Amino acid sequence: MGIDRRSFLKGLGAGIAGVAAGSSLLPGKLEAGGTPESKEFMGVLVDTTRCVGCRSCEMACAEAHNLPMPDVGDASAFEKIRQTSETQWAVVNRFKTAKGEVFAKKQCMHCNQPGCVSACPVKAMEKQKEGPVTWDTNCIGCRYCMVSCPFDIPKFEHHGATPRLQKCNLCWERLKKGEKPACVEACPAEALAFGTRRALIEEANTRIYKTPREYLSHIYGEHEAGGTGYLYITAVPFEQLGFRSDLGTTAYPEYTKGFLYSVPVVLFLWPAFLSGVSAITRRKENVRSKEGGKK
Amino acid sequence: MNRATTEVQINNVKDFLVFMRSELKPKGKIFTPFDVITGSIILLGGILILYRFIMGMGAVVHNAAEYPWGIWIGFIVMVGVAFAGGAYVTAFVVYVLGGEKYHSIVRMAVLNGFLAYVFYAGAILLDLSRWWNIANPLIGNRFGVNSVLFLVAWHFLLYMIAQAIEISPAFAEWLGLKKARKFLASLTLGAVIAGVTLSTLHQSGLGALFLMAKWKIHPLWYTEFIPLLFFVSSIFAGLSVVIFIGTVSFRVFDKERISEEYRRHWDEIIFDLGNACAITMIVYFLLQMLILVHGKNWPLLNTPMGYWYLTEMIGLLLIPAALFGWGVKTGNRSPIRIAAVLTMIGVIINRIDFSIIAYKWYLPLSERYIPSWMEVVITLAIVFTMVWVFRWIVNRVPILQKPPQWALEQEQEETEGRAVALAPQLGLTMADGGRPIELR
Repeated sequence: MGIDRRSFLKGLGAGIAGVAAGSSLLPGKLEAGGTPESKEFMGVLVDTTRCVGCRSCEMACAEAHNLPMPDVGDASAFEKIRQTSETQWAVVNRFKTAKGEVFAKKQCMHCNQPGCVSACPVKAMEKQKEGPVTWDTNCIGCRYCMVSCPFDIPKFEHHGATPRLQKCNLCWERLKKGEKPACVEACPAEALAFGTRRALIEEANTRIYKTPREYLSHIYGEHEAGGTGYLYITAVPFEQLGFRSDLGTTAYPEYTKGFLYSVPVVLFLWPAFLSGVSAITRRKENVRSKEGGKK
Repeated sequence: MNRATTEVQINNVKDFLVFMRSELKPKGKIFTPFDVITGSIILLGGILILYRFIMGMGAVVHNAAEYPWGIWIGFIVMVGVAFAGGAYVTAFVVYVLGGEKYHSIVRMAVLNGFLAYVFYAGAILLDLSRWWNIANPLIGNRFGVNSVLFLVAWHFLLYMIAQAIEISPAFAEWLGLKKARKFLASLTLGAVIAGVTLSTLHQSGLGALFLMAKWKIHPLWYTEFIPLLFFVSSIFAGLSVVIFIGTVSFRVFDKERISEEYRRHWDEIIFDLGNACAITMIVYFLLQMLILVHGKNWPLLNTPMGYWYLTEMIGLLLIPAALFGWGVKTGNRSPIRIAAVLTMIGVIINRIDFSIIAYKWYLPLSERYIPSWMEVVITLAIVFTMVWVFRWIVNRVPILQKPPQWALEQEQEETEGRAVALAPQLGLTMADGGRPIELR
């Protein structure tokens, strides 16, 4: 009889062992982002009222990251709205608005709490303490970051047996050396400004305050998707420049937080509940077999 | 010859090799039209898979920059996992709720679930652009603990192990390994409880993957309840697949591979399965309606995507649910079989919607993802390979036939022992002053 009890407990033990193994997989801090502490994030302020559409930033970007050099003399590039791609981390688009032609640069926004970082199962995507969101080669290529990016920025190389994920890294390698991002340095019109996020927001507010007729009172990226490292100010509504106005102010990792919280609950309560149910059914079976004399 | 009574004796490696050599030979007819067609697809698919790994993904898949996930994820993984749902539901009913009546189908359901995970979810390797790094989330080349996909990957691995344990006694019976069977069978309950838990998380986790694709998925499909919807739909998806596989299996396999008793059971069980499908589908429908009303999305119903949504909700959910109910009520099996197929189509479409059809629904056709022929062939090859392996196993291992006599005896001892051992532990009050209960 003892042996049989032992075998029952063995079964139960296996269940518990399974759960224990699973519990090591709980989300670490149960905290949505990957925001490192202390040091302020660096960012870039884009003033679209100053941008002249020279695409010097595109060339500087290509040069800094060994990407194919764009033909900036070719004006036809402005004829359609371009997206960033695996060979172009930054693109300048031209928009026809009520206030004439406006140019806007597009690249990774370097979110404070990036959706891509919380999506990555191997932390290949990381928010660096300097502010850039970067990619590393331990990536498995699941492309979940692409699904999760509110700005649709990460792009995977299509060709070759060892493709890489390509996107703006805010010139992290230059930042570490105390240099500015290549695009900021190349801008002849001072449309791009580099600094800490807080200083940039202050600067943007100053410009808006000093010349209210030239700007809308809205810094895109101050709150969008929980705040981004790239910030934009403009004279025309952002929707006219191809910006999404429906992103909300919630940081993207928050959307999966509810599910991640439910994981430990299910992982611990479910086995306990199921073991209870199973024990009760067996008890009932016993009672029934006792009453009926046989099963 | 009834294999159920044949005793296999394996005492050493040589016995095992001799046994395996005889078992490896094909059973039944070969070169049927089915074999020829599926066989050539598998062959072509195999070549294309090699090509994919040598040349990279870009050489094989349709490159639509706006769509990170194509049919390998959207169909093979998403649908494959949902279709494997029958394994955890059946195992839960039989081992946790003590539904002995369904014992005859539990192995079929678990085998299907296990193979679905191995083949369909395993096909994720194909879809990883950097597949050689696949072990990274498991070996800790950085643990992305805040990622839903990280949890899904781990639950996937653990659940495969749980399913392997659940199905292992059948293989021990096939090989005549008595001691191993006894040990493995003692792990079943634990494996089932772990398996149900992991499935709950795994099924809903696949839905949770889409939570951050907020504006990319049409509002009729995007809701914060996607994980719950994925979980509930996996129940009727899985059961419909069990109905489908059961119906086909009990027809196509040779009489000697099928227990006559099990076949008779099946004719009864199919009604209960149909009933369970109808109920869960109605629950799922009510959930969907609540979400629709709560999200104030009904004006969207009168748009092209709205019609597509209604096709899914009415044509492939309400109608099959009604067919299930009708079949159960009138004692007619045909509507149940038709309903199972319709439900499976509905689930396929639902899962594909999330990553392909309702994903960036606003893009013009020229920018949309349409699978390349090579992707389709590889997909079919994977499905057919799984069918072949399923058939190979059912033809040899006691899945649809009764376990050998010694295994039944072992089980008998086990049940009796457990009942007696458990009684005092549960504080079972016994009129006879605590003496063990006598079973038969």
